[in-house]
Amino acid sequence: MIGQRGLQKWKWIFFFLAPSLIGMLLFIVYPILSSFWLSFQDWNMLSAPKFVGLDNFNALLADKDFWRALRYTLNFIVLYVPAVFVLGLALALFLNQKLRGMIIVRAATFLPVVASWVVVSLIWKWIFNPQYGLINHALSLIGITGPAWLFEPQTALYAMVITSIWKDVGYMALLYLGGLQAISETYYEAARIDGASRWQQLRSITLPLLSPTMFFVAITLLINYFQIFDQVWLMPMRDSAADRQVEVIVTEVVKNAFSYSKMGYASAMSWVLFVLIFIITFVQLRLQKRWVYYEVD
Amino acid sequence: MRSTNALVSTPHAVPTVSLPTRRLPRALPQVIVMLVLIAVMVLPFLWMLSTSLKAQQYILETPPRLIPDPITLESYTGLADRIDLARTVFNSAYVAIAGTIGQIIVSAMAAFAFTRMQWRGRDVVFILYLTTMMIPSVVLVIPQFILVRSLGWINTYAALIVPAMFSAFGTFLLRQSFLGLPKDFEEAAVVDGASPLTIFLQIVLPLSQPALATLAVFSFMGLWNAYLWPLFVARQATVQTLPVALATLQAGPRALTEWNMVMAGAVITVLPILLLYIVAQRWFVRGVISSGIKG
Repeated sequence: MIGQRGLQKWKWIFFFLAPSLIGMLLFIVYPILSSFWLSFQDWNMLSAPKFVGLDNFNALLADKDFWRALRYTLNFIVLYVPAVFVLGLALALFLNQKLRGMIIVRAATFLPVVASWVVVSLIWKWIFNPQYGLINHALSLIGITGPAWLFEPQTALYAMVITSIWKDVGYMALLYLGGLQAISETYYEAARIDGASRWQQLRSITLPLLSPTMFFVAITLLINYFQIFDQVWLMPMRDSAADRQVEVIVTEVVKNAFSYSKMGYASAMSWVLFVLIFIITFVQLRLQKRWVYYEVD
Repeated sequence: MRSTNALVSTPHAVPTVSLPTRRLPRALPQVIVMLVLIAVMVLPFLWMLSTSLKAQQYILETPPRLIPDPITLESYTGLADRIDLARTVFNSAYVAIAGTIGQIIVSAMAAFAFTRMQWRGRDVVFILYLTTMMIPSVVLVIPQFILVRSLGWINTYAALIVPAMFSAFGTFLLRQSFLGLPKDFEEAAVVDGASPLTIFLQIVLPLSQPALATLAVFSFMGLWNAYLWPLFVARQATVQTLPVALATLQAGPRALTEWNMVMAGAVITVLPILLLYIVAQRWFVRGVISSGIKG
């Protein structure tokens, strides 16, 4: 440890810590506190903020748009999370085989992960174009008339879920691969000597020992997808039914803040989202005892 | 590789003779899955590239053609007429590079104070840093916007760069790495009378290159790809970044979206990050994995 003493020591500490500490206080801590304060105010950015107590939260409970956004967010999560959870695992098990060329497949599955959501949204918006897009063309080849995808709320949901799975599955697989490679080969050797089938090995060795990773993946997925924004903001076709009806919580927050200048109300909504995420994460932490298996050394 | 494994691990198993001619048919199902996976992952990008190289009248062709005929760059020149391309690319690069450098300097210095110096309240302050990581970014967007607005930073680079420099996550990541460094070198340096700054610059930083590269990639990617924040603080063309400019192309002056132009913009936005990924794959993988922890 560095053996400076007294005032000299504090000068150095100040030198190293001050840029970060001042920046954190100004750009992170102060905004968090002011957002909390704002959620009890009525403020349109023009006149002075007015304290309204719990009015914003009461209004939120009665706000049909908020409930619709919450419902759509949950619908999205219900379709997307289990799918990407399972497909990511399947992909990881596949990528974990020692085969020539597998490294190229791994690199390919990771390409969408590094691309921006704006690019991915626009590419898939074009692919899902009902008249000229690849998907409906492919469907027409097998005699199916494809739906209007991003024009209608329900089919837009499917299109956005498919797009999100395509973008994220490589990332999920990578997280799982880390867990898979940490499982000792000796377990599998013992199982093979006992004549266990591949399916038995998967059920009795791989899945239990991978459960901590699965738990981490589940937590990350839910935290991120309660905050889904980019694809929902960009993908529905302009002026279509989907454009008017597809809202998630963050697009609702953004609209209230930046289109209607209801800063207090939007802040209140963002805190409700935080509480929702907090509760979901807490419940997952409590439930983990039932299914997550931790190896004891 | 496989056969040696089999020999060592299960002595009673008959070692398989893996001649190249026999290997291929046996792995055929896997090879097919591999090809399908590559196609599914790469085809949308190729379709983007292909559309960007078509003239307007050919993008609505049925059946769609993967290889454009004729190949033309007119969507790129059309794009250059619509938005100031050089400026937008510069804005994106400048913001991503400056923000990354800033975040690394600030985080590394703080991580040094958290690991290499002893002071009262250190652990309490660090726990406070970690606590801020739990707050979802949507909670921060509104108050940060108000703050940046009152600083007069709307439509300036500062709005894009400065708030991005401060994150508990960067400090956390580098602190983990600094904790793992051997202390021998710096103890010798202290005996020689080296200042903390010398130790920081000449011992700690050079030894932490993997962690610094991970943070650099994570930060650069986040800034290059960012959409929500720049959308509200940097709308003006002079400071606009690529994703924001790209999203405005969707509805052109004509009712019909000019998809070849949108895809040309997408190519320009995604190409630098894809090339960077191919060059620096290892750091990308680490950076993206650690970004998940941030949540």
